[in-house]
Amino acid sequence: MSKHHDELDEKAHPNSGFSRRGFLRGVGVTSGALGGAILTEEEAEAAQSAATPSGPAAVPITLTVNGKPQKLTVEPRVTLLDACRTQLDLTGAKRVCDRGTCGACTMIMNGKVVYSCTVLAIDAQGKQISTIESLTVAGKAHPVSQAFVKNDAQQCGYCTPGFVMATKGYLDRNPAPTTEEQAGKALGGNLCRCGTYVGVRKAVIEAAKAMKGAKNA
Amino acid sequence: MPNYSWPPMTTRKAIGQRLTRHDGIEKASGRAKYNSDLNKQDLLYGVLLTSPYAHARIRSIDTSAAERVPGVTAVTVIVKAGEEVNWQSQEIAAVAATSEQAARDGVRAIKIDFEVLPHVVREEDLSKVGNRATPAGEQVTGDPEKAFKEAEVSAEGQYGIPVLTHCCLEPHGQIVQWTPSGVNYWPSTQNVSGIGPDLAKNLEIPATQVKVHQDHIGGGFGSKFASDRWGLEAARLSKASGGRPVKLFLDRATELNIAGNRPSAFAKIKMAAKRDGTITGWESTSWATGGMSGGGMPPLPYVFTNIPNKRLNHSAVKTNGGPLRAWRAPNHPQASFLTCAAVEDLAAKLGMDPIEVFLKNLQWAPEARRESYAHQFKKAAEMAEWSKRWHRRGDSGSGNIKRGLGVGICTWGGAGHLSNCRATIHPDGSVQIELGSQDLGTGTRTIIAQVAAETYGLPVEAVKVSLGDNAFPASNASGGSTTVGGVCSSTRIATVNALEKLFEQVATGLNTTPDKLEAVGGKIQVKGDAAKSLTWAAACKKLGTQSITEMGQNDPKNPKGLNTQGVAGVQIADVSVDVETGVVKMNRMVAVQDCGLVVNPRLAESQVLGACIMSICGALMEERIMDARTGRVLNPDMEFYKLAGAADIGEILVHMDIREENDKRGIIGLGEPPTVGGIAAIANAVANAIGVRVPMVPLTPDRVLMALEEKRSA
Amino acid sequence: MQAFEYANPTTVKDAIALLSDDAAVLAGGTDLISMMKEYLATPKRLVNIKSIKELGGIAKAGGGLRIGATATFDELATSTLVRTEYPSLQQAALGVTSPQIRNMGTVGGDLLQRPRCWYFRNGFGILGKDKDGTSLAPIGENRYHAIFPKGDAYYVNPSSLAPALIALGAKAKIAGPNGNREVGIDELYVIPGTNSGRELSLQPNEILTEIVVPAARGTKNATYEVRHKEALDWPLATASVALQMKGTSIAKASIVLGHVGPTPVMAAAAANALTGKTLSADLATEAGRLAVEGANPMSGNTYKLQLVRTAVKRAIMQAGGIKA
Repeated sequence: MSKHHDELDEKAHPNSGFSRRGFLRGVGVTSGALGGAILTEEEAEAAQSAATPSGPAAVPITLTVNGKPQKLTVEPRVTLLDACRTQLDLTGAKRVCDRGTCGACTMIMNGKVVYSCTVLAIDAQGKQISTIESLTVAGKAHPVSQAFVKNDAQQCGYCTPGFVMATKGYLDRNPAPTTEEQAGKALGGNLCRCGTYVGVRKAVIEAAKAMKGAKNA
Repeated sequence: MPNYSWPPMTTRKAIGQRLTRHDGIEKASGRAKYNSDLNKQDLLYGVLLTSPYAHARIRSIDTSAAERVPGVTAVTVIVKAGEEVNWQSQEIAAVAATSEQAARDGVRAIKIDFEVLPHVVREEDLSKVGNRATPAGEQVTGDPEKAFKEAEVSAEGQYGIPVLTHCCLEPHGQIVQWTPSGVNYWPSTQNVSGIGPDLAKNLEIPATQVKVHQDHIGGGFGSKFASDRWGLEAARLSKASGGRPVKLFLDRATELNIAGNRPSAFAKIKMAAKRDGTITGWESTSWATGGMSGGGMPPLPYVFTNIPNKRLNHSAVKTNGGPLRAWRAPNHPQASFLTCAAVEDLAAKLGMDPIEVFLKNLQWAPEARRESYAHQFKKAAEMAEWSKRWHRRGDSGSGNIKRGLGVGICTWGGAGHLSNCRATIHPDGSVQIELGSQDLGTGTRTIIAQVAAETYGLPVEAVKVSLGDNAFPASNASGGSTTVGGVCSSTRIATVNALEKLFEQVATGLNTTPDKLEAVGGKIQVKGDAAKSLTWAAACKKLGTQSITEMGQNDPKNPKGLNTQGVAGVQIADVSVDVETGVVKMNRMVAVQDCGLVVNPRLAESQVLGACIMSICGALMEERIMDARTGRVLNPDMEFYKLAGAADIGEILVHMDIREENDKRGIIGLGEPPTVGGIAAIANAVANAIGVRVPMVPLTPDRVLMALEEKRSA
Repeated sequence: MQAFEYANPTTVKDAIALLSDDAAVLAGGTDLISMMKEYLATPKRLVNIKSIKELGGIAKAGGGLRIGATATFDELATSTLVRTEYPSLQQAALGVTSPQIRNMGTVGGDLLQRPRCWYFRNGFGILGKDKDGTSLAPIGENRYHAIFPKGDAYYVNPSSLAPALIALGAKAKIAGPNGNREVGIDELYVIPGTNSGRELSLQPNEILTEIVVPAARGTKNATYEVRHKEALDWPLATASVALQMKGTSIAKASIVLGHVGPTPVMAAAAANALTGKTLSADLATEAGRLAVEGANPMSGNTYKLQLVRTAVKRAIMQAGGIKA
């Protein structure tokens, strides 16, 4: 870490009222300490948030959801789930327990399944976020979704998007589960109230075969 | 009169098909919009302030600070100063704001001075509930005293099953918008046609002014019939906020505490019997709670209602807990558990196979169901490998893993409810079915399409089914396993009526009379002369510009043989118990279930599978845990209110008892019956495995180990 | 959640400067965010430490292991290094049966999460007392509570990893405004003096930066958790053992119990009984029996005695590769 950077950080002490963003703009920041090139506004924003607290009032953030950058204004206390549901109208992920237990809010973040009810939206910046909406491509449902339908792995369907995403996340890392027992254990982070697990376990195995088949094709 | 009866089993094309559900892909791809998903223009968010206490009087309530919170648009007070709250999470006030966070800030800013009052929240020990128990009065049949005096053997036990909560994944709630011309209402409901009038009554406006719409519901299980306090408050908040729509759905803790629970049931049961297993006498003292209304007596003795000598006592216990609501087969799972556990204990005492004891006592079951049970016991035993795997109680070897089998039974009514259907045939050949009903995830949309397709001789995909709006002809609420019978029958009647009209339009052209026509395979043809036919499209074209719209009603007083009531079912559980940890593992669950004519066996099986899983949760994990001293619910979450996961359920085998003699009875509802016998079966399997009765479900490690410890020290 | 400001420092130094009594460290968030939704935590500032690169990762260090505070359960569970030499750690990580929690939850967060005691979570304070000072657990619902209570602390330590880390002799490195310090994992926990106190020894302006696990040197180790459910569930009792071998006999043993006391519990008598002996099923059973010495169960958790006996026996047998 360069000396220059340390100095900046000292000046950006939270209580100093010093606007880091304004400062960066003012000097144009040509120092190598922050990446060796003139910063884009977004990078400057990110650098700013690194040392200066944001909020508690709503702040502008950028989320990369389903491959697209999305500019939002949220209070730091807004979760990724709520931001997606209320601001982006991505309502596939559901709010059920809202305490990181039931899995209905499952999204995939940087390739891994997470409970989006327990991730702050502001904390999800710079991550690749996939919601279930990304699984439908050009109107065609994903093999996991199709397998859920074929095996009647849903009733009321409120937990289903979470199960579908948990399955997708699992199969991305473990493409060839062979037993329903493995499938059941892999979904230990999701709960269903109607009791659809028999179909769900079958769907996981079938989706694995379908996805493997698709890759080989 | 047209012939509405179901086509014979052998000739059906659409009915009886194992089709996947119509709205499946919509749900599985996250596109299905539940009302809790809707984002409306200018939407406000409502949050309830609820009581932290089980019983308290409100000395004062001050909302002024809340009204000043930025973003807050309205505050309503539900319980005023001087009034009491009688359970934790009872609604006290509500706040609307431009964001949910602001609404929560508003709730936090409301100042309330509570006077905490005494409460009773635990009922398992009847001697400790003071004046909260209300005896229902003794019922005596025959001469129980004599029966017990002359009994060759008697058995007694005490059993208990706690309060469970519905825990619908989509919480209760709604969006409501108050407009000058009326109220737009998007609830989460099992009662699309009836909930509007209910809200209207509470709002004191004409029922004609409430528009209800719901495409999907995220679970109800009997708890989502009414508009509830939160519906009323959301409407008041909307009105007070200048008519902006207000979205108010309960948070999880409130959902678990006040949005529905199934009453508990405890009983001391004594049975007199002959040495051959014939039950000759029954005595039970039971008690239950479902909140401040107490809790009714489960139907005891279950199924064996005609035991000749009986003495029944019951007390309803008022506790300061959230109010009970109907739950899939109200009081039946409790009654089945209490009865089947007692029968299994009797069998163990006699050293008999419990299935033999059940069969021996079918003489006490309603005559109409006896044959079904006998048939189903045989089938279930076969599927569970009973003859190979069953052993005498406790005779399960010396290892630490003890395997055991147990049985439970169910019965239910399930006649079709009052349902109206509008069937439309358009000149372009498209067909539409409209009902003010709802698809709870049971597959209602799909089976309606199957019925219509059957009548019209069309592919199921050709039928557009519209549900979920109170502008459609009214159907009753989905409760009591009445929907499938109701909507299928009304759809059958409406579509037969519509088809009659179509026949009238095309008969002349085919040189015949309408009564000689049939609709088969996409054609209208002369019966027995397929050469004389029109394609469906060509026939409909003859309508010119005028669509056919016909109504059909299922009148529960005259269901025309299309639906009926009364079913039987048998479940067998196969468990392994680790006696060093008390953890019960499901190996297998077998369910044999009758429901008359089965419209879609795949969806029917899904109902039964789900019911088995719900039973596994109830038998092994679920219970609302109340703290005696503080009056709090200790587990209003999904972490300690435990539900089984996908790896906790073992293998489940379902056999739908589809037989000519069942089929010819017509459609009977299926939602409730398979939820009934599973808890009994699992509890009996555990007793069989470990050699001792665990008296209270759920069979958690602590209870299993405690029972084993008592057995050791006995 | 109460409103707060959010900071995202990239250095430990910055993070420490941002901390105070009114601030909280955000890592995986799996406990903190829920605590905040319940208003049980109301920090005015959250300091995210996941952007501090040096706090991440799992690597070999000095023959042992260095685990960054923000390394996740998933990283632990999938590390070859962990699997081959410290199976007890991998087993503990996999005991968290939710992939989502394994992906989000961090090692530091696991060690420093707050107890799940339902009186605490219902707002009755860390010691779970009524307003007149009565401890609620002993007279209430205590099936998930301690059988080794200390003073009036009846909650159980919720950490999945602490028993294994303590048994393996791991240390925690802590950075604060006055420099760094190193403590044993067991020293992270204290018994709060008051109902509004904390059970963690970490000061509000300190950050747990990494865990150092000594070289395994062939130590046989295993963790056995008794859980009610296969799906995500808290252990009812955990035993983690580390056995240093000399030939076929045990030179030194460490047995640590989880979820039975307000801190992880060292089962010293059980461990001593193993010293100098050859592993066997009988010996494991004997150790299990000794492990509950000094336990003081309450009305509803006597069953945990049996769970401890079982967990210790099974952990030892698993470590020694002895079939039941």
